[in-house]
Amino acid sequence: MADEVILLDLWSSPFAMRVRIALAEKGIEYESKEEDLSNKSSLLLKMNPVHKQIPVLIHKGRPVCESLIIVQYIDEVWRDKSPLLPSHPCDRANARFWADFVDKKIYSTGKLVWATTGEVQEAAKKELIGCFNVLEGELGDKPYFGGDKFGFTDVSLIPFYSWFYAMETCGNFNIIEDCPKLVAWAKRCMERESVSKSLPDQYKIYCFLMGLKKKLDAK
Amino acid sequence: MYFLLKNKRIYKGHQIMINHHSMDEVKLFGFWPSPFSRRVIWALKLKGVNYEYIEEDLPYNKSDLLLQYNPVHKKIPVLVHGGKPIAESLVILEYIDEVWPQNPLLPKDSYERSVARFWAKFIDEKGPIMWEFYLKFGEEQEKAINNSIEILRTIEEHGLEDKKFFGGDKMGITDLVFGLVIHILVPMEEIVGVKFIKEETFPRLHAWIKNFSEQPIIKDNVPDYSRVVDFFKRRRETYRLSAHPNH
Repeated sequence: MADEVILLDLWSSPFAMRVRIALAEKGIEYESKEEDLSNKSSLLLKMNPVHKQIPVLIHKGRPVCESLIIVQYIDEVWRDKSPLLPSHPCDRANARFWADFVDKKIYSTGKLVWATTGEVQEAAKKELIGCFNVLEGELGDKPYFGGDKFGFTDVSLIPFYSWFYAMETCGNFNIIEDCPKLVAWAKRCMERESVSKSLPDQYKIYCFLMGLKKKLDAK
Repeated sequence: MYFLLKNKRIYKGHQIMINHHSMDEVKLFGFWPSPFSRRVIWALKLKGVNYEYIEEDLPYNKSDLLLQYNPVHKKIPVLVHGGKPIAESLVILEYIDEVWPQNPLLPKDSYERSVARFWAKFIDEKGPIMWEFYLKFGEEQEKAINNSIEILRTIEEHGLEDKKFFGGDKMGITDLVFGLVIHILVPMEEIVGVKFIKEETFPRLHAWIKNFSEQPIIKDNVPDYSRVVDFFKRRRETYRLSAHPNH
């Protein structure tokens, strides 16, 4: 099957969620192969020898790696349906800038919120709220970062909504108090089937992250 | 091709669309030794784009304009096109490639584009790790040197393959990003007394350096070598005195 699309996947990974959302937005049929990162498949090691990480999209037998690069690839190949990047170069640059901001700030800061305690956690909470407020500034009164349409920046950020219960429980705070616009945006995104079907239940993620945290603490 | 209909003149009953967006004024905020602004300079030169260059006095004296144009990161490079700022070097390179399509930085094929983006990102992220060794001493330096070799080994084996450039027969986005080797890595090697990319150990990268350095756009647009060596020497010395008074 020359046109076959395979996703080397992981249910809990926000990066894999980005790809699942993009594939769903475009209505692309694909085979999801769930990876066990403690026992990586020979296919994963062959398809992503540099990072040995998921997600990897395999299309026509060739691998595409790095979640945002995969999303752009999907957007370019299946360009006729639900474009994720806007058409004007200025707007495209803006979308890429903010997706890069999410990549640089949200994962590492969010992780500190659910994985640490004490002073480190407090600092991380402050930093996270700060980043969310910056994002709210960019969102403004638009329904999505992409404007009227759900787009690239929305795809890059929404998977981290699956971490909210874990972060709020571990950090003992309510994100909606400091970031009402962002939470409203997240709920709006969750009304899309592509998003609600791609994000796992927040409690399930919480249990998974607490398992990870135990392992990290043990090291 | 993207058109911004900036000015539509009605002339004798016909609409003439003029002022392609690419004719708007271009400014670049940079810092002369920085590889992040250097790659943008190369891209603009490669495409024959006229621009005004503004040298920032880093790190302690950032201009108000820079802070206004990049409030989020407060960093160079920032490209300002028709008054609109764009930050983050890889974002800027893709923007430049879209507005000025001549001498393309990215291939047309979607798969090839994803490969080019992958390596541009890899080198962009690993770059700072690659040059960590020049601010390290003793055992820490040994470790940092090994990290650099490992990164270069990955690029040698998986990134360049048997191509003349990462972009194939012509330079592309990844070549402009890896270009940090000639104006950052080599001067630092000289200061520390190491040499990473030798013909025997990294034949592909060694050949690439020769091919890349000879390109007129590159040759004519690298910072003065001795000035760079001087700059990094002073930085290393400042760091040594503050962090390791016993070395």
